[in-house]
Amino acid sequence: MWTWLHKLGSPKIFYNLANRLIPWFGWGALLLMLYGLYGGLVQAPADYQQGDSFRIMYIHVPAAWMSLFIYMVIAFCSAVYLIWKITLADIIARASAPIGASFTFLALVTGSLWGKPMWGTYWIWDARLTSELLLLFIYLGYMGLGSAIEDRRVAARACALLAIVCVVIIPIIHYSVTWWNTLHQGSSVSVMNQSSIDKSMLVPLLVMAFAFKFYYVAVVLVRARTDLLFQERKTNWVRKVLVNG
Amino acid sequence: MGEFFHMGGYAFYVWLSYGVAAVVLIANVFIPLVRDRQVKRELAMKMVRDNELNQESIS
Repeated sequence: MWTWLHKLGSPKIFYNLANRLIPWFGWGALLLMLYGLYGGLVQAPADYQQGDSFRIMYIHVPAAWMSLFIYMVIAFCSAVYLIWKITLADIIARASAPIGASFTFLALVTGSLWGKPMWGTYWIWDARLTSELLLLFIYLGYMGLGSAIEDRRVAARACALLAIVCVVIIPIIHYSVTWWNTLHQGSSVSVMNQSSIDKSMLVPLLVMAFAFKFYYVAVVLVRARTDLLFQERKTNWVRKVLVNG
Repeated sequence: MGEFFHMGGYAFYVWLSYGVAAVVLIANVFIPLVRDRQVKRELAMKMVRDNELNQESIS
C-alpha cells in the first residue's frame, strides 16, 4: 500500500497514469451528462409546485455539491502537502481551484435564475446564499494568493495554510439551512433517510452529480499534467516526453 | 417540440441557466488544453535552444 502510494507520488508515473485516465473520465463525463440531461429535461415530469423551473436543479444542485467537494479536496491535499511535502498534492490542490470556483459561480448564477421566478428575487442575503458567495471569494483569494507569490514553495505553503483555515466555511454552508431560518430550502436528497424527491426526478440528478465528478477528475488531471511538466522541466523524463511529443 | 423549448413559461430562466453552464464547462475544458499545448511548445523550444548553446560551448 505504502510503496504503491509512493510510486503514485512519483511525477513520471503520475503523468503516465493521468494520460491514460483523462480520456476515460472525459468521455465518461460527456456520456453521463447527455444521459442526465435527457432524463432531467425530457423524461422527468414537471414539478407540481414549481412547474418546469425546477429543471434548473439539474445544474444547480450538482454544481453546489461540487463547489463543496472540490474545496474539501483542496483542503485535504493542502494538509498532505504541509505534512509530507509531496509536491503533487500542491499541484492537484492548485489545479482544482479554478474548477471549484467555476462550479461555485455556476451554483450562484443558476440559483439566482431559479430564485427570480420562485422567490421573486435574484438575490437575498440569506445564510445559504451569503456563505456560498463567501466560498467563491475564498476560491478567488486562494488563486490570487498563489499567483501573487513568485517562489513556488512559498506560494504552496501560503495557499495550503489559507485553504486549511478557510475550510470552516464548508460545514457553515452545509448546515446553514438548518442553523438559520433561511429562504433557501433544506435538502431533498439524503444518504441516511428516504429522499423526499421522486425517483424520476432523483435519478437524473444523481447521474448529473456523477457526470460533474467525472468532469472534474478529467479537467484537474489535464491541469495537473501541464503544471507537472513545467515544474519538472529540468528532468530527463520531461525531456523524453517533449521529444516524443 | 415547441412546448419543450417553452419550459412551461420558464424558458428564459431554464435555458439561460443551461447556457451559462455550457459556456463555463466548455471554457474549463478548452483553456487547460490550450495552455497544455503552449507550455509543451515553449519547453520544447527552450530545450532545443539549450542544446544548441551546449554544443557551441563544446566546440
